Amino acid sequence: MALRHIVGRRTKTIVIAVAAYLIAILFVLPYVEMISVAVRPKSELLSRALFPVNADFSNFLTIWSTGFGSNLGTSLQVAGGATLLVLLVALPAAYYTSRREFRGRAVFLLLVLATQMFQPAAMLVGIQREFLSFNLPSPIISLILINAGFNMAFAVWILNAFFGSIPVELEEAAMVDGCSRLGAVRRITLPLAMPGIVTALIFTFISAWNEFLVALTLTLGSSADQRPLTVTINDYIGQYSIDWGHLFAGSLVATVPIIVLFALIEGRVVSGLTAGAIK
Amino acid sequence: MTTTSHQRIPKSRLRLWPQLEPLVWIGPAILLIGIVVIWPVIVMIQSSFQSISPDGFVLGNAGSANFRSLFSEPALAGVLLRTAIWVIGVVAITMLISLALAQLFNAKFPGRRIARWALIVPWASSVMMTSLIFRWALNSNNGVVNVILHKLGVLTAYNSVQADWLGRPGTALAWMMVVAVFVSLPFSTYALLSGLQSIPDEVYEAAHIDGAGWWHRFRSITLPLLRPAIVVAALINVINVFNSFPIIWEMTRGGPAYTTSTTTTFMYTLKQSFIGESAALSVINFSIVIVIVLIFLRVTRWKDQVK
Repeated sequence: MALRHIVGRRTKTIVIAVAAYLIAILFVLPYVEMISVAVRPKSELLSRALFPVNADFSNFLTIWSTGFGSNLGTSLQVAGGATLLVLLVALPAAYYTSRREFRGRAVFLLLVLATQMFQPAAMLVGIQREFLSFNLPSPIISLILINAGFNMAFAVWILNAFFGSIPVELEEAAMVDGCSRLGAVRRITLPLAMPGIVTALIFTFISAWNEFLVALTLTLGSSADQRPLTVTINDYIGQYSIDWGHLFAGSLVATVPIIVLFALIEGRVVSGLTAGAIK
Repeated sequence: MTTTSHQRIPKSRLRLWPQLEPLVWIGPAILLIGIVVIWPVIVMIQSSFQSISPDGFVLGNAGSANFRSLFSEPALAGVLLRTAIWVIGVVAITMLISLALAQLFNAKFPGRRIARWALIVPWASSVMMTSLIFRWALNSNNGVVNVILHKLGVLTAYNSVQADWLGRPGTALAWMMVVAVFVSLPFSTYALLSGLQSIPDEVYEAAHIDGAGWWHRFRSITLPLLRPAIVVAALINVINVFNSFPIIWEMTRGGPAYTTSTTTTFMYTLKQSFIGESAALSVINFSIVIVIVLIFLRVTRWKDQVK
């Protein structure tokens, strides 16, 4: 009886595991196909073989002579700049709202919660006309501001929760021991909130890195090297033909580091995205 | 030193400081929201009442002309209907599948961590790049979907109308919905997984002793306790799918004609020549988003969370 029970449970686990592995494979399959196209030599782009016969990495080498490097640089500037700006703006706001009761606190948090739900798509015309009227020297500055603005809510929310979970008494104890308030925050609170800070930073970086619609709109008239990777990859779609090899080689270069970054914060993203509604 | 400087401050300013102190901390955030979120909304509403040349110059006041020409667009009715199918269809299918996936990935089995990592790949990747791999896989000459269907005998000829999935509005929309579900599943599954993990084991154990079967446990324990997570995840999906641009843009550009456009891609296409009319459509899109956000704030009981 007991043995049958154990055997039954083991079969159940095996069935579950196999189903989960199959689904896991299904989720990465499109990206495996991406690799399979990127390593196809030009002569095999019309072939119906499921896998390339003479795979080579030439697309990954020749892509750099198309100016891909400067686009990678632009993406780094946009995503890095937006991340830094979010940190500067969200950190004090999240700390203060978690530590202090003040008039307008609820209204401020409501504003943050509402912006979390807004996306640039619904107000694109306004964004385009506003930022064109600023006449900024480079679309990179606009993209930094916009990406920071739309991702700040996530950061405020997750940091607010982290600061809230750190007892004020810890800071006060450090102040009794001779720390200034700022010193107490720096030595005690910030290190304890580090997982939240890292999550907010990586999340902002990834969203800005992957953003497409605003970048496509605001870099319309600017030189090719001012375009971030998503727009560059879209540019490989010509009117009559598509440079699939470079398109997917570029996509992989843009995607692989991002997946690794995302894996680091995977467990904490949901609570930030749902503004704490799902913990 | 500090006392002397304090004495120099007039009394009225002393009383002002406690009110201004919050602004030092949250002011930058308000400023950023103001410039990036609120100002564009104002410009957008303003533009919807202006006559604007295709290169962006304001030619004058348009009154309600932009709205009137928008409502007389022959494509609009189809676009609105398609948007409803797109949003409801994608979100409903996503929630159903992720409900099953969350159950599966919540079970204990060896290698669960690695299997869950595979799940995040479409979430972390740029949606436009994911859409492009599907566009490739569906090309009528040697797309891998067609190659497999040909091997299975479903597809009779390459480069045929049958193989041109993205060339026909019906099949194009269906495939784009597949992609939209695919990229929405990771977040939804993770959200429901978090919801499942918050259900205490004791509840199930009690039901187990009572002899409740799997379906009964699911119906009477899991589903009701998971309801808040389901509602929140569904609403976030509604907003994401409604605003989604890259999938449709990269797979069909909303064409042929506007037969695969939603309000978001239609707004983008209009913007290329009729900025005022596009702004009018944006105002409508934005109003829809506001309604969804209000529902979201209501179901998440934001006041409890702010505390």
